[in-house]
Formats: sequence, structure tokens, C-alpha cells
Amino acid sequence: MALRALFAKKTLTCASSFAPVSACLDRCLGSSVRQDRALTLAALPDLAYDYGALEPVISGEIMRLHHQKHHQSYVTNYNNALEQLDAAIAKGDAPAVVRLQSAIKFNGGGHINHTIFWQNLKPVNEGGGESPHSSLGWAIDEDFGSFEALVQKINAEGAALQGSGWVWLALDKTSKKLTVETTANQDPLVTKGATLIPLLGIDVWEHAYYLQYQNVRPDYLKNIWKVIDWKYASQVYETATA
Amino acid sequence: MALSLGSSSSLSLASPFSALPGQAAKPPSISSSAAGKIFLNTKSIEKKHLRQFQKATKVLSYYGLTSPPYKLDALEPYISRRTLELHWGSIHRGYVDSLNKQLAKSTLYGCTMEELIKTTFNNGNPLPEYNNAAEIWNHDFFWESMQPNGGKLPWGGLLQQIEKDFGSFSNFRDEFVQTAITFFGSGWVWLVLKTNEKKLSIVKTSNAVCPLVWGDIPIINLDMWEHSYYLDYKDDISKYVNNFMDHLISWHSATGRIVRAEAFVNLGEPKIPVA
Repeated sequence: MALRALFAKKTLTCASSFAPVSACLDRCLGSSVRQDRALTLAALPDLAYDYGALEPVISGEIMRLHHQKHHQSYVTNYNNALEQLDAAIAKGDAPAVVRLQSAIKFNGGGHINHTIFWQNLKPVNEGGGESPHSSLGWAIDEDFGSFEALVQKINAEGAALQGSGWVWLALDKTSKKLTVETTANQDPLVTKGATLIPLLGIDVWEHAYYLQYQNVRPDYLKNIWKVIDWKYASQVYETATA
Repeated sequence: MALSLGSSSSLSLASPFSALPGQAAKPPSISSSAAGKIFLNTKSIEKKHLRQFQKATKVLSYYGLTSPPYKLDALEPYISRRTLELHWGSIHRGYVDSLNKQLAKSTLYGCTMEELIKTTFNNGNPLPEYNNAAEIWNHDFFWESMQPNGGKLPWGGLLQQIEKDFGSFSNFRDEFVQTAITFFGSGWVWLVLKTNEKKLSIVKTSNAVCPLVWGDIPIINLDMWEHSYYLDYKDDISKYVNNFMDHLISWHSATGRIVRAEAFVNLGEPKIPVA
């Protein structure tokens, strides 16, 4: 009944509506089992295509490792950090709350970024690589001159990025302008601007390409355009500019 | 450059200013005859000598790629030859080439590598040469921090210092491994001798940052960029770090470095065993 729902971690509940119940729980069970709201934990999203479907641009081995190992570990560690954060908040342990921020930013960012990335990719026979049309296509021409100019800019910034990070095609919600941004490590795009929406993100961490392209990141960037799903980017753009 | 001596007029190179026999004392000028023979203007000989002299006194300090002190397959099976071929032969070499290209157009030459790193770090606002210079130094240091049949335990003064600063060798090992496993992004894990605190410490730096810029003395480092381990270990960082600790780390190099460091940092009285 209601008690079981409180303890089921995967349900989303509203804190305020359970406040009187939690007060009662507190008295009954003591403060050690104080869960007046359940935590929504992250879950690894499935890919919309097989691991080998993006070959020969991105090998099946890379896709499998990238999804099952790297993204999964971000999800697992993010969930761990969330649980620890929840406990720390409940206890009022401010140093612990602050200490957990870097793990949340890194692993949560990794989860956010990779979820977007899987949707940015599409096998060639399902429309991957087709250049953008309609409103996004016009916006690209307006803000960058041409589609080729955008590709060149993203490739240049991606190749020049030191260490690990991401290169983004971003839409500024307020100015409605498109820009190319880079973020370090697993920082999500919002760390570069609260009004920025990611349309397209390309992972330039070495794990995204090293097994296949070794250290020749420019080749990886040149080839990845063949499997980019511009339809998804267009959808995000149209929703945001509606 | 060969000079051809023609029949019509000959050029004596022994004394550019001497008059030619049967001619007024006038230096021969550049002319290219129909036969294609070219004679040097003495003024340009003068200039050439001067230029060579100038070249000899102008010092341009460019850097070269030093090889690891072992063959590229010597660290197998812990680091494969293929990884070293790419890591050293392509990535490390790439940094050297990039730095040399940058230095050709820059005023920053004539330094040692350490000086270049400290200068270009610019107190946290790194100049463009910093990344290449630091990565060259970091990688040189890394190859020498490893050896075939490495690992096991340090000995003597180094072991004593580790036990003093970490409690025990296994505490140090655990902390080092833990630091490496929880690494976010690209960078390096170091065992450094902190010059101010006068003790050994484990630090992590991101991307190309090197503890030299803070005046600390590195003793050992471990490359945590994915290109160092991805081909051999994929995402299994724990196995990479543990293999490094157990089989690759060169305590010989570390001992040499800390002995040198003691010339700069007073680590206290040595423990002289009583007979």
C-alpha cells in the first residue's frame, strides 16, 4: 500500500503530500528510515539501433563498450552519488553535500551527454548523414554561412580540444542563435550558458574513437557526419523555437 | 655549391680582392654567360661568410624526441608494443613536432624544458606552447617511471620516506590506486615531493598540468589519458593501474629522483643504523 510505494526507489513522489505520513513514520520507525520522498534514479537508455549499425564509421566494438561500459558506469556512479546526496541532505551534512558535487557533475553530466549522443546518431540506411533541411537548415545558413562552414567549425574546435570533452551545436533559447561550443570532461552544455540547448553533441573523449582511429581525432570527426541524425536535431530546434 | 671556372675569365677564390692578371683592380661581378657559368660577386662571398658566422653564434633551442630506456615491446604483457608505438611514436612525437613548430615563430627559446614549462604556465593562464612542452616533459618522465620487471617494493631511504609520509607502503599503494581509479577526465597521477611541506604526497593533475609549475618535485607519474591504456585494457582502469603498481613502476628511477631532490629539500636527519 502507501508504505510500499514510499520505499520503492523508482517511483516519483511529491514530498509535500507525504509530509504528514513521513512525520508519523519518523515516530514509528525512528529517523534512520526517513524516506518521505522516493528518489528517481537514472537508467541506461537503450540504443535505437544495433551496435554494429554505424559501421564502418564507428565500429560495433566501440559502440558496445561505449554504451555498456562507459555510459553504464556513469549511470551507476550517478545513482550512487544521488543516494549519498539524499542521505546527506536528510542528515543535514553540508560538507558531504558539497563533497558529492563533483561526482554528480561528472557522472550526471556523462549520463546526460551520452543520452543525447545516442539520439544524435543514426545508421546510414535510416537517414543518418542526410543534411538538415527546413528551419534548422536555414538557421545554419544564416548563422554560419553554409552547412559546410558549420561542419568545418565543429571539426576544428573538436580537434583542438585539449584532453577530454564534447563539441556541441547549441541553440540559445533567448536569442534563437546557433553557436558551436565545447565543454571539458563531462560538463553538460548548460555549464556554458543556462539558456543553451544542445542540438548536436559529439563525444571527443578518446574512448569514443581510439580503438578505431587511434589518435587521429580529425579522421573520426570527418567521418562521423555520415551517421549524424539531423532529423532529431531539427525536432529539438523546432520545439525550442516554436 | 660548385663553381665552374670558365676560359674567358677565371676567379681566384684564395683572395677575393686581388686583381685578376691583366685586368684593372676591380672585383669580378656576377654574370651568367651563355654557357651558364655563374661567378660569385665578391660582395656576396663576404656576405655569405658573415651570415655563416652569424648563424654560428645564434642559438636556437629546439627539442627532440627522446626514446624510452627500453625497447617498445619490453613492457609486455602489461603495455603492448602497439600501444607504445602509438603513444610514444605518434602522440609523444606529435607534441615534439608541434612545439618545434610553435617555437620557430616564438621568442621562447634557449630554455631548458623545465624553464619553458614554468614560463609558459604563466601562473595558471597558460600560453599556447605550454601544453606541448608540458606533455613532452610528462611523457619523458613517464617512460622513465617504468621499467621491464618493475613494481615490487622500493627500498632504503625511499621506502622509509614513504612509510613516514603515508604510514605504510600499502597505504600509499591504496591511495595511489584509488586516486587513479576515481580520475575524472584526462590527466596524470603523481607521487611528488612537496617542497614546502617537505613530504611525499599523491596529486592528480588534469590534461597537461605538471607539478613542476608549483615548485614541487615529481618522483613518479602515471598517464591517465585514455590513450595510455585503452588498446590494452579498454575501460578496465583498475587492472591498468594495478599492473602499473605491481609490474611496471621503476623504483630505481624514483630512488634516483628523490636522492636528487634531497639536494633541494631538507628531509631531516638520515636514520643512521646504530651498530
